[in-house]
Amino acid sequence: MILFFILAVLSVVFSLLVIFRRNVVHNAMALAATLFLVSVLFITLDAPMVGALQVLVYAGAIMILFLFVIMLLNPAALEPRPAVWWTAGSLASLALLWELVALFFYRPADFQPSPVAGNFGAPEALARSLFTDYALPFEIASVLLLVAIIGAVTLGKKAS
Amino acid sequence: MVPLPYYLALSAVLFVIGVAGVVIRRNIIVILMSIELMLNAVNLTFIAFARFLGSMDGQVIVFFVMTVAAAEAVVGLAIIISVFRHRQTLDPQDMQFLRW
Repeated sequence: MILFFILAVLSVVFSLLVIFRRNVVHNAMALAATLFLVSVLFITLDAPMVGALQVLVYAGAIMILFLFVIMLLNPAALEPRPAVWWTAGSLASLALLWELVALFFYRPADFQPSPVAGNFGAPEALARSLFTDYALPFEIASVLLLVAIIGAVTLGKKAS
Repeated sequence: MVPLPYYLALSAVLFVIGVAGVVIRRNIIVILMSIELMLNAVNLTFIAFARFLGSMDGQVIVFFVMTVAAAEAVVGLAIIISVFRHRQTLDPQDMQFLRW
């Protein structure tokens, strides 16, 4: 319980840093910290395999890609802050937050976690589910990644 | 065990912070980062429900969400590089060449 609250407060603080810091590199580092904290939350929810994937794929590969693009583009100028947008955006998000959190807390509080087997969330269980029930989506995901690679290379190529 | 609504509330908070980032910021790289934040909040919801319902399906869906997020980030960043090469800007207010 204490661990959950520490992780929750830290992840909210870091995700606020993602949108409120003006330096883009600071945003990227705060996002990496948020993703890492959420992966720890995954591990506390009996999903060690997904937590490891989160660290490898998100906090590793995707964040390095973001940092690489930031360095490549070198956005030196800090963006201006139009006050109207910030006020309107913050008010709209606060309204959305109030609705969402109220919706979740009106659920019956005695929703108990169901007992799970010892290998719940283990790599074997995830892989068995992935390669039996979800074999077709898995293949489609591989095609999606191939298309993304080809599309990125085509887009990034200098037009001759 | 932490009750389920706590996880859902944390996920809602992270999601709303992502929405606010998309609405407020005027740097398109930070907007992409906010989208990643929203996807991550949804992943937290999936994992929490998978644990509390005792089913592996939620974790498999998170795997697919990660795949789609990776593909989206790669293509989005390639588009950003291509646009920056032509327009020398990262401000979505200046990218109006698809508007009619």
